[in-house]
Amino acid sequence: MSDLGATHGPAPSERPDSSGGLSPEQAAVVYEAAGVKTSQALTEDELKTLDRDLDHRVFRAMQSIGIRYLLLVGFLLTVIGFGAVGFGWQIYRGIGVTGLNRPVFWGFYITSFVFWIGISHAGTLVSAILRVLNVEWRRPLTRAAEAMTLFALMIGGLFPIIHLGRNWRFYWMIPLPNERGLWPNFRSALMWDLLAILTYITASSLFLFLPLVPDLATARDRTRGLRRKIYGLLSLGWRGTQQQWHRLHLAMRVFTIVVIPIAVSVHTIVSWDFGMTLVEGWKSSVFGPYFVIGAIYSGIAALITVLILVRKSMGLEEYLTLRHFDRLGKVLLAVTVLWFYMFWAGFLTDWYGGNAVAKLVQQEHLTGPFAPLFWTMMVANVAVPFLFLWFRRVRTSMAAMMVISLLVNVGMWLERFLIVVTSPMVNSVSYNWGGYTPQWPEIAIALATFAAFALLYLIFSKALPLISLWEVKEGWRVDRWQREGIVEVENDLPGFEAGPAVDSVGAGGGA
Amino acid sequence: MGRAQHWIRIERYWDEGEYPSANARFLPLMCQQCGKAPCEPVCPVFASVHSADGLNSQIYNRCIGTRYCAHNCPYKVRVFNYFKPEFPAPLEQQLNPDVTVRSVGIMEKCTFCVQRIRRVRQQARAEGRAVADGEITPACVQTCPPGALVFGDAGDPESQVAQLLKSRRGMKFLEAFNTEPSVVYLKRRGGPDV
Repeated sequence: MSDLGATHGPAPSERPDSSGGLSPEQAAVVYEAAGVKTSQALTEDELKTLDRDLDHRVFRAMQSIGIRYLLLVGFLLTVIGFGAVGFGWQIYRGIGVTGLNRPVFWGFYITSFVFWIGISHAGTLVSAILRVLNVEWRRPLTRAAEAMTLFALMIGGLFPIIHLGRNWRFYWMIPLPNERGLWPNFRSALMWDLLAILTYITASSLFLFLPLVPDLATARDRTRGLRRKIYGLLSLGWRGTQQQWHRLHLAMRVFTIVVIPIAVSVHTIVSWDFGMTLVEGWKSSVFGPYFVIGAIYSGIAALITVLILVRKSMGLEEYLTLRHFDRLGKVLLAVTVLWFYMFWAGFLTDWYGGNAVAKLVQQEHLTGPFAPLFWTMMVANVAVPFLFLWFRRVRTSMAAMMVISLLVNVGMWLERFLIVVTSPMVNSVSYNWGGYTPQWPEIAIALATFAAFALLYLIFSKALPLISLWEVKEGWRVDRWQREGIVEVENDLPGFEAGPAVDSVGAGGGA
Repeated sequence: MGRAQHWIRIERYWDEGEYPSANARFLPLMCQQCGKAPCEPVCPVFASVHSADGLNSQIYNRCIGTRYCAHNCPYKVRVFNYFKPEFPAPLEQQLNPDVTVRSVGIMEKCTFCVQRIRRVRQQARAEGRAVADGEITPACVQTCPPGALVFGDAGDPESQVAQLLKSRRGMKFLEAFNTEPSVVYLKRRGGPDV
């Protein structure tokens, strides 16, 4: 290790002044020394300096609310407002204001539902898997990922209600004792859906909240007035005692393992809404794993998009380094291949089986009216990521990663649209073939979801630290203890350890 | 866009070729009252349920409008109330007092005129006798002038339906889905027809 770079731990003179911040040049040196593992171990004093600087940066970004922020919030609220008007109009007039008709009874709403549940997957799953594997580079990005899960779930979970013919009766699906003496039908995949989503939203909120507690305590100690009271309440009396840390680590260890099967089961169940039916193009046994992979695929892409934006807007270049994007890019490439494999397994089965209706659905996609959408999906989901993500230059270029991650999500949205909407268009009774044209309330609501996601993230970025402060700090100590031979960290899985070439890119991009 | 709510519809199919050499064939399609109805297990609120006498019923006031049943129906005979139904005067006077007026946002379909079945059955029970063959006539059977539609108890060997079912022309529609439909079509010699 020592041959990788000059030893350049920060000299005491480079400690921050009383204002608490470091100049960018100083910061670059310090972070390269600490975050990038090429230096010798830092002393506890130096680590404390780093701690203070991290807190300072994050809380300064949290507490400054500029005019641009407010304008953005206003814009997003307007977009959400249009969606709300569309929804109100739908309730007032009836669901006939949408483009739904026989045989396409589900349209943009269920597409959005599957899409957002998919987005929700990568957050918790990626975070949990990286935690289980003890991958050290996870530390700065777990919080952003876990928050993404919760927000996407909050949005996705609304769609089964929005799409109902009688939205105001949605609670009839909830198993509450009622005067009708009637329980919901647990044979229905929609009931499994409801339970899966409620379980997942509970689990992922706790999974976000648990590691937030020490940071809430930090926030409590750094604020005053009402904010201090709220943070104090939320931090559940955290004082950082040995026992509290022990319990937190224990709880996280259990939770991390428990949350993985929950996440996998949720999207499997969402896929069963389709897989369990008699509709050609839906009826499939590969849909469970295919949807899980699709969810992880779109989720990781969304995570990359979000991280690029967070990194840029909050000035966290030193923490979310190019190494992180390099590694996320490798994961994305692997999932691209997996996703195509799953897609192909289903596609080939339908094609080879020769069922007339199933082949018609495929023809719709390959050469029919939906060919432009289908081939856009193939380019965005397969061709572009597969051709370009092999190159480190691409994986460490923010612009390229932004384009690829957005393309993947466009592609995944189209994939859900093609599955949900075009499969029922042809069926066994040719008299009933029909089309679907989305109407303005559906489009307004679909756009509003993206605005709502951005808004939730914006609010979160001002209310809570988007970077898990204590985990990053812990990572520095783990690094130090590792060097001193106190602990051994198993993070040398192939592919997770970047070479020195990336280090230099990372430091260069960060400064 | 057409959102007509037909409980029974005449599906017309053309042979290959152009009129007049090509013939039109047609199939009156209503809810097949499946024995193993795919619409039933998918409903989360038990709006689509099987009745004791084998009817596939739709309980309107339980329905919340997920439209899952409509997707899973191979015959696509379920119709949805996309808008609040309006009956400008004097149309409201034609409403059948025995039939629920469906509200917006719920699914409906052919019931085999369950209200007529129930009325005859109650009458028979009150008089302490069995329901006679032909005593129940759903509206479509009543209105069809050439008597192409026959309703009755297939379990009663004396009934007209049971006699007709002996024919080898009997065909159940989309039988491959294993839905066990209660409706049997009698094929015309040489081609599918009623």
